[in-house]
Amino acid sequence: MAAFADFWATYSTLVYSVGIHALLALSLWLTLSCGLLSLANAAFMGIGAYTAALLTLNLHWPFPAALLGGAVAPAVVALIIGAPTLRLSGVYLAMATLAFGEVTRILILNLQITGGPEGLNGIPLLTTGWHIVVILAVAGYGLARIRRSRLGRAFEAIREDEVAARLMGINVESHKLAAFTLGAVLAGVAGALNAHFTFFISPREYGFENAVDILTMTILGGTTSLIGPVLGATILTLLPELMRFLHAYRLAVNGLILVVVVLFLPTGLWDARRFRQLLKNRRARKGGQP
Amino acid sequence: MSLLSIRGIGKHFGGLQVLEDVNIEVPGGAIFALIGPNGAGKTTVFNLVTGLIKPSSGSIAFEGRDLAGVPPHQITRLGIARTFQNIRIFPDMTLLENVMVGRHHLLNYGGLALLFATPAFREAERRSRERALELLSWVKLDHKADATADNLSYGEQRKLEFARALATEPKLLLLDEPVAGMNPSEKAVLMEEIRNIRDRGYGVFLIEHDMRFVMNLCDRVAVLNFGRIIAEGPPDEIRTHPDVIEAYLGRGDEAEVS
Repeated sequence: MAAFADFWATYSTLVYSVGIHALLALSLWLTLSCGLLSLANAAFMGIGAYTAALLTLNLHWPFPAALLGGAVAPAVVALIIGAPTLRLSGVYLAMATLAFGEVTRILILNLQITGGPEGLNGIPLLTTGWHIVVILAVAGYGLARIRRSRLGRAFEAIREDEVAARLMGINVESHKLAAFTLGAVLAGVAGALNAHFTFFISPREYGFENAVDILTMTILGGTTSLIGPVLGATILTLLPELMRFLHAYRLAVNGLILVVVVLFLPTGLWDARRFRQLLKNRRARKGGQP
Repeated sequence: MSLLSIRGIGKHFGGLQVLEDVNIEVPGGAIFALIGPNGAGKTTVFNLVTGLIKPSSGSIAFEGRDLAGVPPHQITRLGIARTFQNIRIFPDMTLLENVMVGRHHLLNYGGLALLFATPAFREAERRSRERALELLSWVKLDHKADATADNLSYGEQRKLEFARALATEPKLLLLDEPVAGMNPSEKAVLMEEIRNIRDRGYGVFLIEHDMRFVMNLCDRVAVLNFGRIIAEGPPDEIRTHPDVIEAYLGRGDEAEVS
């Protein structure tokens, strides 16, 4: 028990980070499941973080209400910017959402209410371990339900062939907006949770670097199932701790991982279909022996 | 009354006139073919009917309802489904999932029912799955329902596209060159499937340039050449129509199109 207490004292922050990164990776997973390559989720995380932090700091809202605010604010922004930008596809959408992310970061940097470059200090430490566990579990459950419904099938159909999906009676625009907005909600909640355990937030946490980090986690883990993003988030959160000596090259290592994964494991580390195939091959080989 | 009425349709892309004053009446419960040489504008007709592009002039009505300004997914919901010349299945989904995508608008449970997997949700999904399996059995693919679609042969992918289109519960099925790239035995199988679909009460409107296939299969044929309808009637009449022979074989050729 004492050993666990020691471990927890040292590593609880790390465990919290794993949970929050998993939530972020799942938020991008949802957006990607509809074929939308978005780099806006770091900005949505920032909007959620600042909204929730301002609500508890200045207005003394109770934590659940602040979390809700941290979910609603990015959703509203997503609905507004989604309508014009989601007409774009592929790399053009990536560029537009990247620009949106930078605009958001610069706005936070220059506004009075957000504390400018100094950020917000003294955010009450309200996030506990079970908050993260419960929210992650609820998000995972919700996404699993979506996958097994008309909504999830529509997202996947749009990702695989937009024209065919449209001619199957799917309203492509409204589904894209739904995937984008729900992704923003998850990223916003992750930001709100994060703000209330790090005590301090600043604009630089929600820039381009973070957007690429979230993308790397999701792609590394794999987008064919919900396990992939969680696995990717876990690995990329723990890896820098295990390889402290590489600290200065963290970004380079992340970039390298992204390149290697895209080249050699395009479906990510966790690909249920590949596992099934491997299992089948093994069985076939065993069965072939006399 | 015909199921689909195309009246005086013209379409130009910039200065290029693709269709000019095209009139087509497609009856229900029959197989109607639009034939013509490559580049005659056949696929453009389908793209106009399904709302993917807008006509420059003229009007299209389905069951008497004008389709002007109706978005493509709504046109599907009104009862027009189509397949594509270059197959467009969802390759990473299973056959069952492919077909169930077609039932999207028929599953009208809400977000809460979905999240809590209510009995209504389960019942709707179960019925939908059953219907999808039934449609797969119509095209004899039900034994592969859980395989991913990219494992199918070319001919099987075409049949999957049929089943997926039928899943939207259409009244009219548009088939864009259904036998392109197929060998004669595959063609024979597909011809049988199309007849089956008609016999089940669907209207079939297909595009083809394989003349033999069309003449043996269709109840009525229209011929499109350089964006204009040059002949329309039962297959026997079309086969001997001088303008059609000229369009396919050139002027002064005595040979009959077989």
